[in-house]
This record gives sequence, structure tokens and C-alpha cells, in this order.
Amino acid sequence: MTEISMTVNGKAVKADVPDNTLLVEYIREHLRLTGTHVGCDTSQCGACVVHVDGKAMKSCTMLAASADGADVTTIEGIADGGLHPMQTAFKENHGLQCGFCTPGMIMTATDMVKRYQADGKELTEDAIRHELEGNICRCTGYHNIVKAITDGASKMTNA
Amino acid sequence: MTEGIGARVLRKEDKRFLMGKGRYTDDIVEPNQAYAAFVRSPHAHAEVKGIDASAAEAMDGVVAVLNGEQLTGDGIGNIICGWGVTQKDGSGMNMGAWSALATSKVRYVGDAVAVVIADSIEQARNAAEAVEVDYKILPAVAQSMKALTNDAPEIHDNAPGNVVFDWEIGDLAPTDAALAGAAYITEMDITNNRLAPNPMEPRSAVATYNDAEEHYTLYTTSQNPHVARLVLSAFYQVAPEHKLRVIAPDVGGGFGSKIYIYPEEITCLWASMKTNRSVKWTSDRTEAFLTDAHGRDHVSTAKIGFDKDHKIVGLKVNTKANIGAYMSLFSSAVPTYLYATLLSGQYNIANIYCDVQAVYTNTVPVDAYRGAGRPEACFLVERIMETAAREMGVSPVELRRKNFVTSFPHQTPVIMAYDSGDFATNQDQALKAADYDGFEARRTEAASRGKLRGIGFSNYIEACGIAPSAAVGSLGAGVGLWESAEVRVNPVGTIEVLTGSHSHGQGHETTFTQIVAERFGLPTENIQIVHGDTDKVQFGMGTYGSRSGAVGMSAIFKALDKVEAKVKKIAAHVLEASEDDIVIEGGEVKVAGTDKLMGWHEVGLAAYTGHNLPEGMEPGLKETSFYDPTNFTFPAGCYICEVEVDPETGVTDIVQFVASDDFGTIINPMIVEGQVHGGIAQGIGQAMLENVVYDDDAQQLSASYMDYAMPRADDLPNYSVHHASTECPGNPLGMKGCGEAGAIGSPPAVINAITDAIGNNDLSMPATSAKVWAAIQAASAKQAAE
Repeated sequence: MTEISMTVNGKAVKADVPDNTLLVEYIREHLRLTGTHVGCDTSQCGACVVHVDGKAMKSCTMLAASADGADVTTIEGIADGGLHPMQTAFKENHGLQCGFCTPGMIMTATDMVKRYQADGKELTEDAIRHELEGNICRCTGYHNIVKAITDGASKMTNA
Repeated sequence: MTEGIGARVLRKEDKRFLMGKGRYTDDIVEPNQAYAAFVRSPHAHAEVKGIDASAAEAMDGVVAVLNGEQLTGDGIGNIICGWGVTQKDGSGMNMGAWSALATSKVRYVGDAVAVVIADSIEQARNAAEAVEVDYKILPAVAQSMKALTNDAPEIHDNAPGNVVFDWEIGDLAPTDAALAGAAYITEMDITNNRLAPNPMEPRSAVATYNDAEEHYTLYTTSQNPHVARLVLSAFYQVAPEHKLRVIAPDVGGGFGSKIYIYPEEITCLWASMKTNRSVKWTSDRTEAFLTDAHGRDHVSTAKIGFDKDHKIVGLKVNTKANIGAYMSLFSSAVPTYLYATLLSGQYNIANIYCDVQAVYTNTVPVDAYRGAGRPEACFLVERIMETAAREMGVSPVELRRKNFVTSFPHQTPVIMAYDSGDFATNQDQALKAADYDGFEARRTEAASRGKLRGIGFSNYIEACGIAPSAAVGSLGAGVGLWESAEVRVNPVGTIEVLTGSHSHGQGHETTFTQIVAERFGLPTENIQIVHGDTDKVQFGMGTYGSRSGAVGMSAIFKALDKVEAKVKKIAAHVLEASEDDIVIEGGEVKVAGTDKLMGWHEVGLAAYTGHNLPEGMEPGLKETSFYDPTNFTFPAGCYICEVEVDPETGVTDIVQFVASDDFGTIINPMIVEGQVHGGIAQGIGQAMLENVVYDDDAQQLSASYMDYAMPRADDLPNYSVHHASTECPGNPLGMKGCGEAGAIGSPPAVINAITDAIGNNDLSMPATSAKVWAAIQAASAKQAAE
């Protein structure tokens, strides 16, 4: 067992977990934050993306113990009440259908927008499609996800 | 009316999904919950000589290890096929037995032989690995053509030669005669590759037995919870229906694969009773590849004949359909009544004959996957039409146009009676949107950059809105395919609509409210859709085959008729007016031509107080309907794909993809376009990326996202989606259905485009870069030899 402590969605949490507990298991099973999803076993689908110290991470690829001391944000903690501009953009552009990949998409999208803005680079459609390499959606064909992220980027800039 | 029929209303269900507050089956935790891990066969075909669970049973946290002998000993029935097909010789299907846990023999990799129930998922999985199964390995076969050879292993004792059934449709002699007299003949071998559906949410089940009540509750990833309850009760004898509640909460995509009642759900329910614990099982992705029903896997030969004016005179098809190791719920219907009945395409064809041999193999059972039989028919028809045009040296656009069905109703020689459509208008709209006239200039420009540009067409038709119960009953269906709805107007005037349809991404909570809003002029926020729970909804046949609009919403429409009638009666009584003079608009119930009115909520309250109702009227305001459709519906359209191929690498870019669809009445264009996008993405996936691969020992080589090429954002284009609709005469809203069109129409458009670009028609799906490159080389070699 390993004792871990971290901040999740602004709240300090502490637990004793088996050494091999994945971060996603800790988030879903121990903290009962079930917005973070598991869609594959090979770190391909991105349904489990959260932010660890401000960076998008696949929480199925990281041990909970490796996140000891970290600041973790999940989909439940991304907005200060109401919806984050990226969440609003997904709704307005019909960027989700079954909703299962959506939390991972939102977490990836906000991270991508922040990185491009920090680097002063333009987030083009090609760049969005390339950046989504690690997030699989089976419902939307990505058309509206790409539109949503473009819109969300502009909403985040103007927010 | 901004929220009624035709409005792009944003989705009511989105907020919870966006906030991470969707409630999927794996999110549910019951008190006293244990976890199931299945012991699965690593062999494709083997006798089970013995199971030693002693080491596993001694491990920490293990509650029980259960096997198939115990399961069948407790009277749990074998898994059924819900559609009986009659063979050419009049006999029934050669169906082998399928137990939820295999007893004497395993027939595919992943076939479960035992289940471990333990306190934690990790303990369950570790113990499952410690269960020792003594297998006697048998030869195995994965391909239908090999399974039909004389030296193939026999998979079920009662299916000689591995033939499940040998079925036919249409008239052979007239078709042969028509083809013999044809001026032009085109023949092709056409393979429709095997796919894994891959909804992003893996299947999951949480089963709870309450010994005090002798009652079971099952949360499960289902597209049709009532069908699940019916089958679990009537055929698997898990529990009688009134002692079994099935809930399909938020479900993360289905695409057909969540129609069926799988061994895992049956086993979890039974294990919950055996252990007196709640039992949860959630598939991992590799388990999903190994156990979720696959789709397609047809190998066909086709022959089409034309007269000297390029009019079709006949079509003859033979198809070998891989059924997998067992017959899944609708596995027999997919390669027969959902397939060969659509072989007439959009065309006038006087003579069609098709025979189908369904074949057992040592693979995952094959069943309905988005489109289910219709993509296979469309691919065959549209590939052979394009090929015939090339061989006859005529325009593929004109050849299709010349053969379109133009008057309706139109009876095809293969059962279906098309009720409406305007194929030429859809084609015109697509050609215009694709700037077809400018294509040759674009091809020339691409050539100047060293790229091969091609264009391909597909004019699909499908049969949706399944289906008239008596008609499908006469064709072998074990159930009726109506739908039910209940509309409850509360005393304060808010409305709950309970529907037997199930939403797993389709946006029913939005579109279904729109028809209520349209009817009574109420805001959609006052209307709630309830679905997915057998304790709440009276009954339902569920969502598949693009039936939720044409059938599910028709049931709601009929229930609304009854509510409207009662509301008018109450208002007429209270307002002392004639019923015929009452109109409902803008949330008010008025006497036409006067200023007399009641608010909608006042009528609701009047119905529930019962203080002043017409003589003899029962209080309350709740109406139900069971709607049985009158015909299939026939969505149709024209898809155009334009590609650029790099001849050096075979890498293919889709530079534009245009869809023009006829879906009949469209309730919410935003949602319909989203359905088309997703369908096209799955069709492009089939055409260029996806393939389930088995090796010679029937081991699945593509059972993870490292191996199976799921389409990703940078594999796909934007889609140019258009509509040109004719109203469906068969249902009150005039709807045809849109859920499967994209997946049906797109694969032939893609392959027709690539083969046009590279000048070699010999190209199978998925057209990967390597295959396209090889086809380019083959074409060059052939040209050099000539």
C-alpha cells in the first residue's frame, strides 16, 4: 500500500491505495468522480484524459502514486459553476452524441488551446485534427468536434 | 415555433455529459458489490476435458468460481436466435446450442467456460488466471469459404458442413434467362470485410438479487432493456418478468452491438443469486473485440446484365455469410431479410435471384452492426453498377439515372415495396454540391502535382423503421416490432413522455420533446423524456434499425392524439363551447374566434381535481399508444466521394465527401446531420481502415486499438451534408430514419473513387495505403505488359 495525497478539483485528498492503483481507478473508484471514463486498455482512446499539474494526461497510463503531491483537475472540476467555454462550445456545435468520449475530448481540447495560445500559434483545423490523435470518438465522425474546439478556442480567448 | 419540428434545438441531454455527470452502467456501485471476471478460452476450438478451480477458490477475496455445468444445472437456458429462416428445401436452420458458459466444447477464442466472483476486480482477474482448464485442442477455421471445404472441422454436430442454412430469394429461372439474353454482362467477386462495432463505452452489467423479494435488478448497456428482460425471462429462465427489472441508463453508443443479450449479463444475474451479492462485470477493450458481436463478413459473387440501351435486365448473387461460432439474436435476419431484400437498390430490376449460405466458423458471433445487411447489399449493388458503367464505357451517373425507379409505390422482385423517393433529385443535389462539372479540371490540376484524383458515386437505399409486426412475423421474426409510448400530463401541466425507444447517443431527449412542443406550443423545458427502465416504461422494442423516429415517435404522436382529444373535451366542457371549436396553441387552450381560454396547466389541474369534468369522464391526463408500422420506410440518397492518391505511397486523401439524403420529415436537422457524419465516418472506416483479422488458427490478431484501425480525427474529412426529402406516406410524421444511412452509403463511394483514381478496379476493403499502392503497381505492370 502507498499513502498518497494530492489536490483534486481544488480539494485536498489523501488515501492509502495498493501500489499498482492507476490514477483513473483512484479517481473513479476511490473518489467516485465517474466523469473520467475508461474506453480501452492500451492508452489509445483518451476517454480518461485529466489535467495533472495543468497538463493533459491519460489517467489510465499513470499510477495514482505518481500523482502524489500533484494538482489534478477532472471534468467535474473544469468550470467554476455552470459550463466552461469549451463545454459550451461542444453543446452549441453538437460536438457530442453518446457522451462517453466527451470528458476526455474536453480535457484534451482545453489543454490544446492553452498550449497553442501560450506558444502564440494558430490552432488551425489541421492542427486540431492532429492534436486529437489520442482521442477516439465513434459517434460524431469528428466534424462537429473540430468545429466545437475551433469555437471553444475563440470563446476561451474572449472569456 | 422555435422548438418544434424542423428546429435546430440544442440537446437537452448534453449538460450532464459535458459536466461528467452522465450515469453509465460502470459508474453504478451497489452496496455489497462483488466483481466478475470470466475464464475465457484461449483456443478457437477445443474440447473442455475438465476445470480445476481449487487454486482459484483458495485465493484472497474469492467468493465463488462458477461453471457451465452449474449454470445449466440450475435450468438457465441456451442463448436463442430470434429469427427463424427457412432453407431452400423447406427445412429449418441447423442451429447449434449456445450456453452462456461453455460446458463440453469451446468454439471461439473468448468463449467463456467459468466465472470468478470476488470482492475486488483485481482479485477476480487474478483468480480467473488461476483456474486451470484442460483443453483438447481441435482444428479451427475462421473464414467462411474455408469452413465450407470438405476437410474443414465441424463446429456443431447438427450443422453438417458448417452450413447453418442455405436460403434463397427471387426467381432463379427467369433471372438466368434474362442474363442469358443480356447485351452486356458484368461479373464481380465482392467481399464485405469483417468489422468490430466498438462503441466507446464497453459493455457492462451490474446484477443484484434480493433474496427477501426474490427479485432481480440488472443495470446493463442495452439498446432495448424490455427485449432483454423478455428474453432473460422467457428463454433463459433467469427470473419471471415481474421479478426482473432491467435498466439501461446512459449508454455510450451501441451501433447494434448492444441489442443482444450476451452470456455475461445472464451469468451476472445468475451469479448474483448464487452468491447473494451484487455482481458487476465491465468489459475491457480486448474483451470487447473478443465477445461483442461483429458485423458484415460476406463473400459474394454477382452478375448483372443490361440490354443494348443499358437498362438492367437481371441481377444474380451468391453470398457466403460468416455467422461466427454461434447464432446471435438477429444473426439469421442480417444476411437474408435485411440484405437480399435491398439488392434492387434504387433501380428498376425485373429479375433478381440471390442465394445465401450462412456458415459457422470459429469466430465471434456475427450480427447486426450499423446498417446490418443493407451496407452489404449497397456495397454490392453500387460497386457493380460503377464497374458496369466503366466496362460499357458510359457515365456512372447516367447509367444510374437511366435505371432509377421513378414511380411509387414500386414493388421490387425481392419483397420490398418502395413507398416514396426522388432519386434523381438527390443525385442532382449531390452532383451540384460536389461541383461534378468541375471534376475533370480538378483531376488535371491534381495530375500536375503528381496526384491521382478520382471520383466515386453511391446511390443507396435502405429499409428502416422496422417493422410491421405481422410482416416480420411471416418472415420468421420471433417478436413484433411495434413501439409503445405513454404521455403523462402532470397536474401542473408539465409533461413526461415514456418511450420504449432507447437513446444511446441519438438525442431522443431533445427530438422527442420537439414533437410535443410542436403539438401544444409548450416550451421543451417543460417536457421530460423517460426511457430505459422496465419499471417505468410499460414496454418497448428498443432502438436499432433507425426505428426510433419512424416507429417510436409515431407511438408518441398517437398518444398525443389521445391527450389532445381529452384536453379538448375538458376545455369544451369548462368553457361551455363545442369541442370542434377548441384549438391548442402557444400553451393555451382556446375557443376559436373568442377570447375564452384556459391555460395549459389549468386543463391539467382540471383533469386531476376532477371537480368539473364532462359526465362519465375518468379523471387524470395520461394516454398510451402501441404503434405498429404499416410498412418499412425507405431512406435513400446519393453520396459522392472525391479522393487524391499519392502514387508513390498509396496514401489516399478524401478531398471531399458529399451526401444528399432523403430522410422524409426531419425533426432536428442538427441531430440528423450528426447522425450522417457519424455514419459516414464508420463507412469510411470500413472502406479504408477497419478490419477484423484472424490467423489460420482463428486467433484474432486485431483485438486492441493498437491493432484495429479505429478512424481518428486526422483520417477523416469534413462532410458536406444535404437533404432533399420526400414525405414517407407510411407514418403520421412522414419520417424515414437517418441512423444508418451514412454507414450504408459511404463505403462504395469511397472504393469507387479510389479505383477511379488509380485505374485499377481490383481493390478490396479496407483500402489501406499498402493495398492501394499494390493496386497501382499492378495496374502499371499490366499496362506495361500490354
